[in-house]
Amino acid sequence: MNVTGKDHAQLAGAFNKDTQRVNWHDETLWWIRAKRDKAVHGLPEWEALRETASKIKHNVLANLDTYLQQFEVNAMGNGVTVHWAADAAEHNRIVHQLLTKKRITRMVKSKSMLTEECGLNEYLAEHGIEVIDSDLGERIVQLAKEPPSHIVLPCIHKKKEEIGDLFHEHLGTPAGNADPQFLTNTARHHLREVFLTRKAALTGVNFAVAETGEIVVCTNEGNADMGAHLADIHIASMGIEKLIPQRKHLGVFLRILTRSATGQPITTYSSHFKSPQPGKEMHIILVDNGRSTQLGREEFRNSLKCIRCGACMNTCPVYRRSGGHSYHNAIAGPIGSILAPNLNMERYADLPFASTLCGSCSNVCPVKIDIHDQLYKWRQVLVKAGYTPKTKTAAMKIMSTTLASPTAYRLAGKAGRMVIKYAPFAVNNALNPWYKQRDMPEAPKQSFREWYNDNRKKKN
Amino acid sequence: MSSRDQILSRVKANKPPQVKLPDVAVFEQGEDGAAEKFTEILNAIGGGVYYVDDYQELLSILRDNYPDHGRIYSPIPDVKALTDCVAIEGSSGHQFADVEWAVIKGHFGVAENGAIWITGDLMEYRSLPFICQRLAIIIKQNDILPTMHDAYRRIGDSTYSYGAFIAGPSKTADIEQSLVLGAHGPKGMAVFIMKDDSVYS
Repeated sequence: MNVTGKDHAQLAGAFNKDTQRVNWHDETLWWIRAKRDKAVHGLPEWEALRETASKIKHNVLANLDTYLQQFEVNAMGNGVTVHWAADAAEHNRIVHQLLTKKRITRMVKSKSMLTEECGLNEYLAEHGIEVIDSDLGERIVQLAKEPPSHIVLPCIHKKKEEIGDLFHEHLGTPAGNADPQFLTNTARHHLREVFLTRKAALTGVNFAVAETGEIVVCTNEGNADMGAHLADIHIASMGIEKLIPQRKHLGVFLRILTRSATGQPITTYSSHFKSPQPGKEMHIILVDNGRSTQLGREEFRNSLKCIRCGACMNTCPVYRRSGGHSYHNAIAGPIGSILAPNLNMERYADLPFASTLCGSCSNVCPVKIDIHDQLYKWRQVLVKAGYTPKTKTAAMKIMSTTLASPTAYRLAGKAGRMVIKYAPFAVNNALNPWYKQRDMPEAPKQSFREWYNDNRKKKN
Repeated sequence: MSSRDQILSRVKANKPPQVKLPDVAVFEQGEDGAAEKFTEILNAIGGGVYYVDDYQELLSILRDNYPDHGRIYSPIPDVKALTDCVAIEGSSGHQFADVEWAVIKGHFGVAENGAIWITGDLMEYRSLPFICQRLAIIIKQNDILPTMHDAYRRIGDSTYSYGAFIAGPSKTADIEQSLVLGAHGPKGMAVFIMKDDSVYS
């Protein structure tokens, strides 16, 4: 959520002040990207799996209305209550009502980017309901009162010493202890107490199977299962695009998800929830919140194939060096930058520009989303709609006039060379964004045209 | 119009043209004898593999390798008879938080990722394999399949209220990418492969 009103470039500028930390952030994510490479190179059928996954998701989008209804019928047949939420506000209201009906004021939650998107924690807090995030990374950012900076690795931006300080303040660990083993063990005791005492648990959904009405949740920590099995009521929130047609398709998606995310062959737990436990309740909330609109945008609908592995973030040179918070959106990185403008073009107009369009994101995407093409297309949509800075539009117009006229082009080139040569202070200053962290080039003595006239034309 | 009808009608109006589903059976490998790969992968993700003749041998391995063991709980009648831990009648799954070892059966293992498929009926309580301090799972020697595609072929349209692939102990690397075993769930996982199918009752 953009609480500061600053855009990606400004927020990245703040992150970039600490060079050592930027390098550390960059290297950590690249190390994860390297693990991903190792895992996928071990499967000769990898490219065929990507193609298959992309086609299955395409079929899902082409039949989403029928799959949703099929899923609803089957889930209800399994004893699950199915709810529909048109937007974030309706989703939050449904969760609140379910809790109020059971007089529950404390809930444990496992990782769900959808609830981040909906601002559920803040909404429930306003209504007097305490939510504890149980994924360790999410618990850490929750204690720090920050949003997650990565969809798979929520506190990838935090140093262990900072986590040690947070635990010292909130969980009573000795000051200065930053040992990951010790801190994790402390969190284990703290969160086990939470699991054992909460009567409601909310989880996200990785995949929902239309054919059987079951949902699949993937975690390494086991927190979704601990929460859901011990509570009286399990609420699962999912975007409508999480559906897959048949159970056997899970074979494809479970093979590509974690290999792309962290380089593991599979998460420790891939849990298939079909019916509630005897005497307990299970609810599934199907959330639209702009997804059906995105489905109608032909050039951008492929973004709905996303399985939230985070591979595009780990590989992105801009994400790695600007940090997840600079995207001021629940989902950061390249995929977040094509999803966010769908929700609010004005607010997220800066994000499609936070990219070099190098295409690495599209190359690692396990469901073959054309991410960098969509970033480029969003730029065009946003400029046409007038959501980009006026100064940039004016500068672009001047440039286009200059490039269209040989006379103006020659004149501008000459002026540029003169300025750099005789008045370098005019460009080598903080007012010129190109000077930031760069040196301006030395001016050549003459342009190519002048050189050509001197050396070739005369000889002929 | 209800939100449900609104969403469905918008989706219907906005969906792209029809595309056929691809065939996923082409990825099945089908052959057996993937035990070596299974052991290699499970060891790499923090689990141990033991070949045993019977339940007695399984329990002595647990006791010998983990001498400071506490309670052992199992829903398997033959194992229950050999241990002294009983569940409280009619209670919820909370009581297993201090069980040192939970011993349960699995349906089959998957070689490519070290996962074992277990359904609710084998757990007695769904929380058991998650809340225990360490987890032991028993499978038969011939029940190791090469890939997840073979796994879903085996699962087919079988019915279960809950099922999970479990691959190794609970873990996290959320603090500076340092891997720690035992996040919320089991700190260790041991897979016992029964050499003789007839013992596995």
